[in-house]
Amino acid sequence: MSADFLYGIEVIINGLMAGVLYALVALGFVLIFKASGIFNYAQGVMALFAALTLVGIMEGQVPFSHLINAIFGTEVHHFGWEVPALLAIAFTVLIMIGFAWAVQHFVFRHLVGQEPIILFMATIGLAYFLEGVGDLMWGSDIKTLALGLPQGGSLVVEEWTAGLGGDDFYGFFIDKLDMIATIVAILLVASLIIFAQYTKQGRAMRAVADDHQAALSVGISLNFIWVLVWSLAGIVALVAGVMWGAKSGVQFSLSLIALKALPVLMLGGFTSIPGAIVGGLIIGVGEKLFEYTIGAPYLGGATENWFAYMLALIFLVFRPQGLFGEKIIERV
Amino acid sequence: MKDTVEPYITDDGRTIGGVLMDMRNITLRFGGVEAIKDISFDIREGEIRAIIGPNGAGKSSMLNVISGFYNPQEGEVWFRGEKRPPMKPYQVARLGIARTFQNIALFEGMTVLDNIMTGRLTHMKSGMFWQALWVGRAEAEEVENRARVERIIDFLEIQAIRKTPVGRLPYGLKKRVELARALAADPKLLLLDEPMAGMNVEEKEDMSRFILDVNDEFGTTIALIEHDMGVVMDLSDRVVVMDYGRKIGDGTPDEVRGNQEVIDAYLGVAHD
Repeated sequence: MSADFLYGIEVIINGLMAGVLYALVALGFVLIFKASGIFNYAQGVMALFAALTLVGIMEGQVPFSHLINAIFGTEVHHFGWEVPALLAIAFTVLIMIGFAWAVQHFVFRHLVGQEPIILFMATIGLAYFLEGVGDLMWGSDIKTLALGLPQGGSLVVEEWTAGLGGDDFYGFFIDKLDMIATIVAILLVASLIIFAQYTKQGRAMRAVADDHQAALSVGISLNFIWVLVWSLAGIVALVAGVMWGAKSGVQFSLSLIALKALPVLMLGGFTSIPGAIVGGLIIGVGEKLFEYTIGAPYLGGATENWFAYMLALIFLVFRPQGLFGEKIIERV
Repeated sequence: MKDTVEPYITDDGRTIGGVLMDMRNITLRFGGVEAIKDISFDIREGEIRAIIGPNGAGKSSMLNVISGFYNPQEGEVWFRGEKRPPMKPYQVARLGIARTFQNIALFEGMTVLDNIMTGRLTHMKSGMFWQALWVGRAEAEEVENRARVERIIDFLEIQAIRKTPVGRLPYGLKKRVELARALAADPKLLLLDEPMAGMNVEEKEDMSRFILDVNDEFGTTIALIEHDMGVVMDLSDRVVVMDYGRKIGDGTPDEVRGNQEVIDAYLGVAHD
């Protein structure tokens, strides 16, 4: 096999793994949108907030330390302990569930039955509020997420695959962190699907996504289900935040990963969980492959920044409901 | 007969028991409009109770009061001998009051079987974790619920469409699936909001037969709203007649049929 072909395959593998991360962010959007019709602009900030909280707890930071110091003239920053990663993750999950409850209790419970645009505006407000709270709680400096996940290219994979090509091929370069992220994302998606298909709460969640009135009539509490989906979205955000944070440090630009999810949603449809996954993979592979075959040689590179949006635009023109979204039928 | 609280046996051999639901002086307002004006009536165990009346009489509002979608400003709702505090619809459903809707509220994206299974949600008690893993009590529970649902599917003759997504079904069948879902909850009281609206004669006959069979076979107490006078008179044990939010008649079909006020309301005598 020629080296060019093999490198092409490597690009596809890396694209698939990047796509899994896009899918993860998109999944958070789909969960909330399906169950409540809310397009949650704050999903990216939730990922940031979750990652910040995780780092803060692990490092034993005092929350709101700057505020406390400014008011009382003290100099506290750290509790002086470090929390093991798994325990810190458990705490963070609890905080995200608390956040979900608060969002439902203080914001969306009062907006039931409002226009989608009003709900959307509320999530924009939520995004900035949460970003501010994150800043105030944990500070705005870039933090490293030291979960102890392996990083860098996997030598094992490189050695195994080096024999596939000739002398000019040195094996596939695959980042270990990407591999772990892929495995975690697959596990997360699998457990979400099992949850939705086989548990009482999952069935209730699908019921609410389908018809609110009917759900009420069979004894489902809408409030409970909404807190549940916001909690799930919070957990998905935590995983996404951890994976991206481990890659590039936990910093405020992390909230922008939400923008990467938008083209994924346009491709996959806003209401389809498989759509979010396939959409993420298509965008991941598409942008890497485009860069490799056309972008870098002919267009001067850096096409990854805009390729996804270009693809989404084409989809909007020819198939606005996405690959798997509900068909839009206009009654006349 | 209305005043008797002693159980009695109907002509066709069903036992009508004590008072299951008692509506006392219910008044419901929307702003300045009184949709229901000081209405009292009761529903007895095992009977088929109809609420009829012309358009805008407040029948659906009354059903929505019973099912907790509206809370009345005045009056008391008594259920199984206890006064019911103001409740959310899902809490009412958990009390054992199931309903169908005039405009069909099904989960269109789910299959018929899944739809009916949602009716069993209030009967599932095992933990989320065990359900996901499908072990222990969760498995037994799921099997038991499934058996119950299959019985209802057989009963309503919808075996052939069990795995069909509801969105693809014709109107008459959707109505039947909705009845099946309500029935799956093993309700103490089953509320049917215009179960025969928009059906042709044949479908109406089928639905009437199912309603009678449900009442007979499962002993389910049924309260229904209906437009079609003929159907109601054949089906029900007792009838409440409403007009402009007031109760103008209450009694057996024969008693109601002879009531001058009822005749006026239906034939359209001028209101002053």
